[in-house]
Amino acid sequence: MDRIVDQFFNLEIMVAAWPTVLQGLGMTVLICLAVIPMGLGGGLLAALGSTARRHWIRWPVVVFVDFFRAIPPLVLLIFVYAGLPFAGIRLSPFAAVVIAFFLNNSAYYGEIFRAGIQSVGFGQTEAARSTGLSAIQTLTHVILPQAVRNVLPDLLSNTIEVIKLTSLASVVSLAEMLYSADMARSVTYNASPIVLAAGVYLVLLWPLVRLVSRFGRGLAT
Amino acid sequence: MATWRMGTSRPADDTTSRSNPELSHRVRSLVFLPAVSAVTRPAVSANGLVPSLEICGLHKSFGPLEVLKGVDLKVAHSELVFVLGPSGSGKSTMLRCCNRLEEPDFGEIFIEGDLITGRGVNLNAIRQRIGMVFQAFNLYPHLSARKNVTLALRKVRGMRWDESNAHAMEALDQVGLADKAESYPSELSGGQQQRVAIARALALEPQVMLFDEPTSALDPELVGDVLEVMRNMKAAGMTMLVVSHEMNFAREAADRVIFMDQGQIVEQGLPAEVFGFPRHERTRAFLSRVKGM
Ligand SMILES: Nc1ncnc2c1ncn2[C@@H]1O[C@H](COP(=O)(O)OP(=O)(O)OP(=O)(O)O)[C@@H](O)[C@H]1O
Ligand SMILES: [Mg+2]
Repeated sequence: MDRIVDQFFNLEIMVAAWPTVLQGLGMTVLICLAVIPMGLGGGLLAALGSTARRHWIRWPVVVFVDFFRAIPPLVLLIFVYAGLPFAGIRLSPFAAVVIAFFLNNSAYYGEIFRAGIQSVGFGQTEAARSTGLSAIQTLTHVILPQAVRNVLPDLLSNTIEVIKLTSLASVVSLAEMLYSADMARSVTYNASPIVLAAGVYLVLLWPLVRLVSRFGRGLAT
Repeated sequence: MATWRMGTSRPADDTTSRSNPELSHRVRSLVFLPAVSAVTRPAVSANGLVPSLEICGLHKSFGPLEVLKGVDLKVAHSELVFVLGPSGSGKSTMLRCCNRLEEPDFGEIFIEGDLITGRGVNLNAIRQRIGMVFQAFNLYPHLSARKNVTLALRKVRGMRWDESNAHAMEALDQVGLADKAESYPSELSGGQQQRVAIARALALEPQVMLFDEPTSALDPELVGDVLEVMRNMKAAGMTMLVVSHEMNFAREAADRVIFMDQGQIVEQGLPAEVFGFPRHERTRAFLSRVKGM
């Protein structure tokens, strides 16, 4: 029992590892701040493209979305970071993470936004256009507010997913929280820093998870 | 088909057109002449004014289905024209062509003498001049009644916040719902929602109002309030084209009744004429079917 406490819940080691883990948390937050807004923006464009009436806009976007939803994000990340240099494109770990996640998130957020837009009846568009609102004004003032409200739980639970997936950045040696904690583990030869990082994820994400549940329909993808 | 494309210019000195369009319509339907377009334009109505709404040779198909087969209609200023006809006869499609929610295949439509069909027309500008009320209300559920009305005022008319509010309150007052301004659509009855929808259209001060079965989705006891609002609009001089099944309203409020069938105007006249002495077999069949319900 003492051995377990010593190996996993060693307070002394946790305190020593805390600055490193905290620094990693900073990087995790930074990735999130880059990747979530970009994913939302790309997702919105993808949703508009995949609901476009013109098929030459629609089908390339549908292919894009399907493709990046089917590719495992870890494969995509390693390809961008370690595969593209073979084509002469060498990216920093951070840039690779941002690009890979942008593609992946755009596809996922795109599907959610698309469902949201399609949940708003066509009568709304007709009513808005009949009062002289332009297509863009109709979108921003009539369709999107309703669409977002209709899929808010899904947007939120996908965002939780994105935050968790940022730990994948550790495989390209980007010093986010998991990477930092794992470094601390290898230095201290003790699992407590990993437990510490897990605890930080838990504290950060648990309120969000509760919030999604409060919406009444949780969707975990 | 080229004839329907012609006549977009409207020479003011065309004296042949200075006949009474009501009369010519009546004569035309009396002798069952097929509707001919581009003949009597530019039309000038009895009071010497250009019609508020004029539809000339309107054709519309959905794929192989020809829904409108040459519709001609003039609605004079302050006139209430009531349209009835069996399901699928093209009533909604005709209305929707009038504000270009549906794109006509052939034909011209004029609002107060201005051509609104064809290329190069500023759709968002002309749509402010044509109010439309839908069967399903189509209020914006995320906005209060007041904001349903102010949205277009601010975004299309470019009104300031306070100005648009004052305007919206005036419109809501006209439909008797000033006290519901802050209510959301889900908090309103069907009849109230439809009246807010009317206020939303009315606030833009349109020259013509189109109603597509405005009371069909309402519980019977709520129909009266909406019809009351429409009656008041008529009294205030609004030009109205109304598709509806409310025959009693037509009898009492309509200046003219149009019977449509299979994409054409089959018959038209005063309500008492059309309801009392339908000339056309199809009208008779339809009316007896409706009365039997
Ligand atoms: N967007 C569309 N695409 C294909 N067909 C359509 C479309 N809109 C209408 N139609 C068809 O055109 C015909 C006329 O429709 P319309 O809605 O104008 O009839 P209506 O007279 O308003 O009938 P109702 O009394 O049932 O409302 C119908 O057969 C309908 O199925
Ligand atoms: Mg209809």
